Amino acid sequence: MKSAVVVFPASNCDRDAAVALERMTGNKPHMVWHADSAVPDVDLIVLPGGFAYGDYLRCGAMASQSRVMRDVKAKAEKGVAVLGICNGFQVLTETHMLPGALIRNAGLKFVCRPVGLEVTETQSAFTRKYDHGQRVVFPVAHGEGNYFADEETLDRLEGEGRVVFRYAPGDNPNGSIRNIAGILNEKRNVLGLMPHPERVVDPLLGGTDGRALFESLIEALP
Amino acid sequence: MITPQIVREHGLSEEEYARIKSLLGREPNLVELGVFSVMWSEHCSYKSTRAHLKKLPTKGPRVLHGPGENAGVVDIGDGDAVIFKMESHNHPSFIEPYQGAATGVGGIMRDVFTMGARPVAMMNSLRFGEPSHPKTRHLVSGVVSGIGGYGNCMGVPTVGGEVNFHRSYNGNILVNALCVGLARSDRIFLSAAKGAGNPVVYVGSKTGRDGIHGATMASAEFNEDSEEKRPTVQVGDPFTEKLLLEACLELMATDAIVAIQDMGAAGLTSSSSEMADKGGAGIVIDLDKVPQRETGMTAYDMMLSESQERMLAVLKPGREAEAERIFRKWELDFAVIGVTTDSHRLIVKHKGETVADIPVGALSEAAPIYERPFVKREPARGAPSFDASRPVMESLLKIIGAPDMCSRRWVWEQYDNTVMADTAQRPGGDAAVVRVHGTGKGIAVTTDVSPRYCKADPFEGAKQAVAEAWRNLTVVGATPLAVTDCLNFGNPEKPEIMGEIVASIEGIAEACRALAFPVVSGNCSLYNETQGEGILPTPTIGAVGLLKNVHRMATIAFKREGDAILLIGKPRGHLGQSVYLREVEGKEEGACPPVDLAAEKKHGDFVRELIEAGRIDTVHDVSDGGLLVAAAEMALAGGMGTALSDGDIPSFFGEDQACYLIAAPRAEAERIVAGAKAAGITASLIGTTGGDKIAVKGCGEIALERLRTAHETWFPSTMTGEL
Repeated sequence: MKSAVVVFPASNCDRDAAVALERMTGNKPHMVWHADSAVPDVDLIVLPGGFAYGDYLRCGAMASQSRVMRDVKAKAEKGVAVLGICNGFQVLTETHMLPGALIRNAGLKFVCRPVGLEVTETQSAFTRKYDHGQRVVFPVAHGEGNYFADEETLDRLEGEGRVVFRYAPGDNPNGSIRNIAGILNEKRNVLGLMPHPERVVDPLLGGTDGRALFESLIEALP
Repeated sequence: MITPQIVREHGLSEEEYARIKSLLGREPNLVELGVFSVMWSEHCSYKSTRAHLKKLPTKGPRVLHGPGENAGVVDIGDGDAVIFKMESHNHPSFIEPYQGAATGVGGIMRDVFTMGARPVAMMNSLRFGEPSHPKTRHLVSGVVSGIGGYGNCMGVPTVGGEVNFHRSYNGNILVNALCVGLARSDRIFLSAAKGAGNPVVYVGSKTGRDGIHGATMASAEFNEDSEEKRPTVQVGDPFTEKLLLEACLELMATDAIVAIQDMGAAGLTSSSSEMADKGGAGIVIDLDKVPQRETGMTAYDMMLSESQERMLAVLKPGREAEAERIFRKWELDFAVIGVTTDSHRLIVKHKGETVADIPVGALSEAAPIYERPFVKREPARGAPSFDASRPVMESLLKIIGAPDMCSRRWVWEQYDNTVMADTAQRPGGDAAVVRVHGTGKGIAVTTDVSPRYCKADPFEGAKQAVAEAWRNLTVVGATPLAVTDCLNFGNPEKPEIMGEIVASIEGIAEACRALAFPVVSGNCSLYNETQGEGILPTPTIGAVGLLKNVHRMATIAFKREGDAILLIGKPRGHLGQSVYLREVEGKEEGACPPVDLAAEKKHGDFVRELIEAGRIDTVHDVSDGGLLVAAAEMALAGGMGTALSDGDIPSFFGEDQACYLIAAPRAEAERIVAGAKAAGITASLIGTTGGDKIAVKGCGEIALERLRTAHETWFPSTMTGEL
């Protein structure tokens, strides 16, 4: 599997994503600078966590206007898998590649801790190696991860099996509506999630629950 | 015309002003006076402490660069080096907690990455006033979110630290930030601007009027007007700092740099004059070329501005374009603002005129050094009385939920502690551990000091701070490498405060020498007084250790049911200055626990060898709260109870030093006892792990969940105002 990681100014999980991808796939990903005009020909594009442009405006708003995002969007429309983690998820909602918005955490504070998640959809290239309803633990680290969308959108997301990860009952760290932690686009090739699967592929760091996400992609993508 | 009034406003004494005139051979102009005032401030010149700081051991086989550089550098083998320093940002954080703490984090990160290191871990040692003080919650909330706001954006994990409360900090909180970075040992960048004719380049943010005279503010006591000093607090921009970090590391991968230094306290003034001084060179800078954020800035404004996220670098001639390309890519300002000379003078030009012309030595080695008079106080003595009939388990519950002892989860969950994907041990243990990226090695980090001990006996208390840091590194399995110190005290012009400073430095020196634990960097923060009330003496010790095999790291959490619990060391039940005495008896009395450095070394080395050999994985040192509290912390961390043998209040809650608790399978535990005996170390089996409560023979039991509730409640409830 060939992959690329987009680097925005003040992305800060770009290295973490690259290390996890290399560990899981055996190949180093391409690191793509935000001002580049195109992403190389790959199977997976990762938009990493961080504070692109400092997130001084709405999180992800500036990054969504980066030059490279035009090509990311075009490639996604052609079916290339796109994984947005944390700040990357925020960028995906700002570019309208995913519906809804990520607003300030209900507790009004940045929160970093391991959280329990339920895998609520396994019919996707990102989650096929998990069991339906499987409980996993990924860390979160964000100040604005409170997912919000209107009722109609939420019903549609649920009806179409596009809510892939939910916070386990009682473990919602940010007030996300309907405990939503990660969603797919309509074509099911774009996943955005607030928790960090790339931080749980190495047992030394407290768990390996994120591995199945990468293993799913390896299996699903050419 | 410089009047006595203007001299006073610059925090300079009459004698100091006379010295300036004689060094220059004339009266200074206002710009020059400003330059002298910041460079000769306590904050920059260490004029009260320099004579005593010389007593600290600073050398060791692994030390590559000790004090005098931007941060200390220690060799960790395989061509890797760890670079670290701790620094205070106390005064600004009291005035404006969010920005004060944020820029403290930014400043210490720059000190580390200016030497060529990528920052890999942050810690903070924080002291606040009593929880009921009307400002405390505001300050805790602001400082914690400021640290998180800066560190999280930088993508450097904040992996731990200390948060404590005491009324002596009501008017002067302490915010000490520690940054640890990693570099290749043959790619360390220094600040000596050697050679003439090299271009001096300014990179990073533009210069504004913020922070003018910050260093001078940090060198005076507070009074009721201090909040009017808010404009002297700088504003942080972690986004720009992140770009500056990446741009600097990119430039450092080339060989274009002669010297580089961040613009911290006293900004352009200190960076330019210190680089010239260390390189035995001179420097000419043209302020018209300085990127400016505001119009109409004077030379005085620009030389004294403490705008953040700026660096000064001296390049090899002809390498400007290459460097500029890197900084432009990262959308940062870049300007050649001067050149090095062989004149040994700092010459500043503005609008075609020379506005300052000062021999660089006048700002550094000719700065005043004061042998301030000091009085060493008699240490507190005696063993205070206590009520022997108090129920032990109730006291345990009270202590485990006390403000200084309860869980700091509310704090550390606001810090991204797992970014960079190398955090092997998160906050909540004795030391944090981060893996050396791409290797099997680990770096352990801790900060420690018990100011109540230092108040009782500054010498012994400072020894204890060093010993505890050394123990905290040891119990995770790390070999302690070196120390950075942050010496927070009151007004050094008072002989009794100066006595505390001198005794503390001597205590640190003695402990560091005995434990082969050199001091490689540090900082002093004096004048922590408000309306004549000084803080507890607080010589914070930050320390770093090396794990050869990070996979053998130990933690405090109980891991297996039925493990035997071993006590290493021979406690005598020292209750003086203990948490027990304060929380249960309401007394802050008696002698602090004595530190036997030979026993520390012997016991610590014994424990570390067991961890390194893979024989044990569960260790905790006995410190604040004593043995029973240590056992309860291990139980809470592991979610597993314990049954302990009998004892009395001093044995459960005494804070004797050089003691450790280990949990290991019984057969291994018995082998360890035998090994300890052979080594002349006292080791005793005092209990077993298992169950869901803490049971102590003859004292009753308490459910782990009840302890956990007490442990986890105080901080969030206090901060949301529910208590």
